[in-house]
Amino acid sequence: MDELTGISIFAPLLLSAQLAFVTTVVLLLVGTPIAWWLSRTRSRFKAVAQAIVAMPIVLPPTVIGFYLLILLGPNGAIGSWWVQLTGTALTFSFSGLVIASCVYSLPFAVQPLQSAFESLPQQTLEFAWTQGASKLDAFFAVAVPMSVRGFIGASVLAFAHTLGEFGVVLMVGGNIPGETRVISIAIYDQVETLNYGAAHQMSLLLLMFAFVVLFGMFVINRRWSVR
Amino acid sequence: MTRIVGTDSEATVTLKHALRRGDFQLDVDVQIPTTGITGLFGESGSGKTTLLRCIAGLETDLSHDSRPVHERGVGYVFQEPRLFPHLDVRRNIEFGLRRSSGAKIDQPQVVEMLGLAELLDRKPDGLSGGEAQRVAIAAVLLRSPQLVLMDEPLASLDQRRKDELLPYLDRLHDELSVPMIYVSHSIDEVSRLCDHLLLIDNGKIVAGGELHEMLARLDLPMLSGTNAGSVIEARPWRYNRNYDLTQFNFSGGELSVPGLYDTNLRSVRLRIAAHDVSICLSRPDDTTILNVLSAEIDDVQASGPSSALVRLLVGTDYLLALVTRRSVARLDLKKGDQVFAQVKSVTVRR
Repeated sequence: MDELTGISIFAPLLLSAQLAFVTTVVLLLVGTPIAWWLSRTRSRFKAVAQAIVAMPIVLPPTVIGFYLLILLGPNGAIGSWWVQLTGTALTFSFSGLVIASCVYSLPFAVQPLQSAFESLPQQTLEFAWTQGASKLDAFFAVAVPMSVRGFIGASVLAFAHTLGEFGVVLMVGGNIPGETRVISIAIYDQVETLNYGAAHQMSLLLLMFAFVVLFGMFVINRRWSVR
Repeated sequence: MTRIVGTDSEATVTLKHALRRGDFQLDVDVQIPTTGITGLFGESGSGKTTLLRCIAGLETDLSHDSRPVHERGVGYVFQEPRLFPHLDVRRNIEFGLRRSSGAKIDQPQVVEMLGLAELLDRKPDGLSGGEAQRVAIAAVLLRSPQLVLMDEPLASLDQRRKDELLPYLDRLHDELSVPMIYVSHSIDEVSRLCDHLLLIDNGKIVAGGELHEMLARLDLPMLSGTNAGSVIEARPWRYNRNYDLTQFNFSGGELSVPGLYDTNLRSVRLRIAAHDVSICLSRPDDTTILNVLSAEIDDVQASGPSSALVRLLVGTDYLLALVTRRSVARLDLKKGDQVFAQVKSVTVRR
């Protein structure tokens, strides 16, 4: 492996990891209240909200990417506001990629959390309230620790799914080294230029990563028997 | 809206709650004393649990009490213990303690009283139903609530576990001064543990008062038939080793009960079910029944098509006898008659 390919593997990998990490953190913050609401509500809007959250699972990434490109672009609703605020465009930037990834990976964070919250007995929360815990206190002191598996599942899936994203990145982020050239784009690049060796290295790395992470998650899920 | 007024012996807790759900309507406006345990007795579906949930703030009722659950100072022991599975027993009982401002109850005392010392490091899923319920009770008490609600805490346990937990509840009654509402559909539990009694039927309180007086009333359908019975305070006096019998003294004489009871106790509560009491006009000498008391008939009321309840004055205590109306007619039983009561079985609160 010469130094040049070494760098060209390393930079996209690091960028992918950064993107996945930031996206996971944002999604846990945003996804937790959404999942909590979905798990407790009896509102008639629940089905609508669930459908919206789940859409990225079935839509082609290019469709999501296309609409995000319009929305985040300098003339789009969010993009123009961002330009006013920061002076830079959201499209073809790392920040834009984070927003796009959050939309794209939202269901993968919300669904494990929602099912964890749904299996949480209302009775246990009622006990916490009658024991002097406010709703917020009871959420952090009882609901969160009792839903550890949900949080692990949500983190792993959101992280791994963001790492594997391609179509949305291509539409919204393009292929800017160090800014938006994540590992999946880099692999595509190498294949386009018939550089199969480098493509192999990166693909194998992702393959192993995916296996280790998913395997680890299933092992943890089996061992972690918090009822 | 539940209000606790005053702190002296005259103080009362006012329960005023109303709620409508489908065909069911809860409408309660009653005062209970702040001392001792108040039994809330009624059949399933009569609204007992709904009333407790309104008091705790877990149901939104029409009283528009906007205080959130955690600010009401009401402790709730649920039918099924609802401990926090991720915390050990110690952290479970400290959960409420840490969140209460005016903790007055001594933690080691509660741990000792409920026999939890050996359980402190265990997780809830390693506890039996009775142990878990004791932990839940300790957790609720340590929060030093102004009012404790107990919703059939024995109902989810089998008879052995019930017998195991009951002595702990007796100790709560004797050693704590927190006002408590104890819900049950078992008249045995209520008459064993409570000092006051509220009868609830179809969402309404039909009668309420001091336990002995309530049990002696013959006009309450809920306390007739198999539920009828009386409670007397008696003092264990001596133990007959030969026959394994303990003799108790009370205002109306002596009662012998199988088994050994601590004769150092000043007073214990004996429950005598009305169907275990029969009446003779002359003193029966040739009976296998051990306990025969001389009594005066205080009142006779028909309690069903074939049955009647007879209230007997024995010393200063009341006994109830469930007999047939035919016997009442045949023996011409009426108020003021001097008779003999045969007591077949006595339940002792240890």
